[in-house]
Amino acid sequence: MNKFTLLDGLVAPMDRANVDTDAIIPKQFLKSIKRSGFGPNAFDEWRYLDHGEPGMDNSKRQLNPDFVLNQARYQGAQVLLARENFGCGSSREHAPWALEDYGFRVIIAPSFADIFFNNCFKNGLLPIRLAEDKVDALFKAAAKAVGYRLTIDLEKQLITTPDGQRYAFEVDAHRKYCLINGLDDIGLTLKHKDDIKSFEAKHRAAQPWL
Amino acid sequence: MNTQTLYDKLWNSHLVRTEPDGTALIYIDRHLVHEVTSPQAFEGLRLAQRKPWSPISMLAVPDHNVPTTKRSGGIADPISRLQVETLDANCNEFGITEFKMNDIRQGVVHVMGPEQGATLPGMTVVCGDSHTSTHGAFGALAHGIGTSEVEHVMATQCLVAKKSKSMLVKVSGVLRNGVTAKDIALAVIGKIGTAGGTGYAIEFGGDTVRALSMEARMTLCNMAIEAGARAGMIAADDTTFAYLKGRPFAPHGAQWDQAVTYWRTLHSDEGAKFDTLVELNAADIKPQVTWGTSPEMVVAVDGLVPDPENAPDAVKRGDWERALAYMGLQANMPIEQIKIDKVFIGSCTNGRIEDMRAAAAVAKGKKVAGNVMLAMVVPGSGLVKAQAEQEGLDKIFIAAGFEWRDPGCSMCLAMNDDRLSPGERCASTSNRNFEGRQGQGGRTHLVSPEMAAAAAIAGHFVDVSKL
Repeated sequence: MNKFTLLDGLVAPMDRANVDTDAIIPKQFLKSIKRSGFGPNAFDEWRYLDHGEPGMDNSKRQLNPDFVLNQARYQGAQVLLARENFGCGSSREHAPWALEDYGFRVIIAPSFADIFFNNCFKNGLLPIRLAEDKVDALFKAAAKAVGYRLTIDLEKQLITTPDGQRYAFEVDAHRKYCLINGLDDIGLTLKHKDDIKSFEAKHRAAQPWL
Repeated sequence: MNTQTLYDKLWNSHLVRTEPDGTALIYIDRHLVHEVTSPQAFEGLRLAQRKPWSPISMLAVPDHNVPTTKRSGGIADPISRLQVETLDANCNEFGITEFKMNDIRQGVVHVMGPEQGATLPGMTVVCGDSHTSTHGAFGALAHGIGTSEVEHVMATQCLVAKKSKSMLVKVSGVLRNGVTAKDIALAVIGKIGTAGGTGYAIEFGGDTVRALSMEARMTLCNMAIEAGARAGMIAADDTTFAYLKGRPFAPHGAQWDQAVTYWRTLHSDEGAKFDTLVELNAADIKPQVTWGTSPEMVVAVDGLVPDPENAPDAVKRGDWERALAYMGLQANMPIEQIKIDKVFIGSCTNGRIEDMRAAAAVAKGKKVAGNVMLAMVVPGSGLVKAQAEQEGLDKIFIAAGFEWRDPGCSMCLAMNDDRLSPGERCASTSNRNFEGRQGQGGRTHLVSPEMAAAAAIAGHFVDVSKL
């Protein structure tokens, strides 16, 4: 997993609530048995004018000029600004894989769906919950200034705007530790192998039918 | 005395250890696996030279990609076929029980698991699928996980998790004629919104819920995720035990009695504290129909398509306008005037035997309307299909002009060939009406099996409670 410490990134706004994981990566791309290469199909149905299928040469497809991420000013964006309940729906981890492969490292929204939120941290993506009025202020600022950037410091848990405003954010200590060090959970959990084994023995003795 | 909720009991009985920040290791009893979210996890195990901690805790089935017609001919799409073959190969390599595509026990993973007795009260159940909340109907702690977590559970038998807040959704009174668990679920989502349950584990309680069958309880818990809650659950009781008794994976003999004694403790204690309480009166719930592109965009069948002018805020107004444009609907139009092109009866939400019976009862002796191009019934599993055929339900559907298919996820998410074409409108018993969910440009209206069958016959939505 990629480490995340500090990012100064271009911001792209996605001004709609309940952006679901079917929209982030449509089902036909879930047939892949790999975990990479989903970026060109992120938001496929909104992003292209034709119907996308696996195996197509996406560089030859016609882009939808009305889709926000296709605008010239948002090319190279690494910070996605979103609305309530971002990532709702299916548990597909292909959604954070697609966002990360597209180039995003941070998503800022008033709320996220639980499974998506969790999946982000396993893939070097930092989802940040920020109060609605603050997200709203960021939407307005990003609309006003072409090239609007934010600095996100995970160590200090701070977002800094170009005019020096600072927004603090919360993150679980465990998730922060894993993200800053680029650690995956399995190795960490297996350090507690003996605890798991002794729990399992007691659990099976109490419920022998399991 | 210390009172506990059902969720407290399930959480505490699986707690391996807790870190100072509240991050915990939770032991997992049952890990269900399907072909879409597992290949990368198995590959991860291989790359790290790890093996599953407990292969016997795992049970696998292909469901998302399988065809619902001409199954003996195999899967035509080579990419889908490879994904199913990869599951077969992985289960073979790691010694995991799998019900393969042509096994009669094959079906949608959340129909198959309970049917086999693989989901038991008091268990923790996970699967790389958000509708794992279904299994909470048995008094289990069950929720969907991502592929990294699938690999984590395979390798360690544990999940890294933080305890959620608790919500009690209490439904009281007697349901009206023609109103089902699906309508309760949609009414709850309409009330609290698709983010209303975010951060919560929901327990469904109240005398209405206690009176529901296991199939109906599964429908209700299945939709907890559409309210934003990873887990939905219902206390175990005699209905639960009667359903489980004699099923292949359920305990037998003396162990059955021992298990039931323990399972009887799996309910929230009198006076247990919940962080949030939501109350519904069963008599107030009418058959529900979604009109938009999120399950919270729902009204009663006798209602009107909402007007964005009346949206509570600017963000919602924009969402409603976009939804109406996508759905091709006008504000203030009566729901009963919406004509449909296709009907889908099936899925992990409504693909069980009771759902088949309910839809067949409405369709019996009638004909699918001329404007309905396709009405398909997809049983949730091979065993549901066999049972339905034994009861003659297939003949009722076929005589009425429905197609009677083989089991799988089918047009709930349209990963196989069953899908809507752009602009087509579908009355669907599935769980998500997102843009493109049933096929790019497809328009989904979520309803109960009774309502879907009635819409197929009428060609538009009708109030099944008045039939």
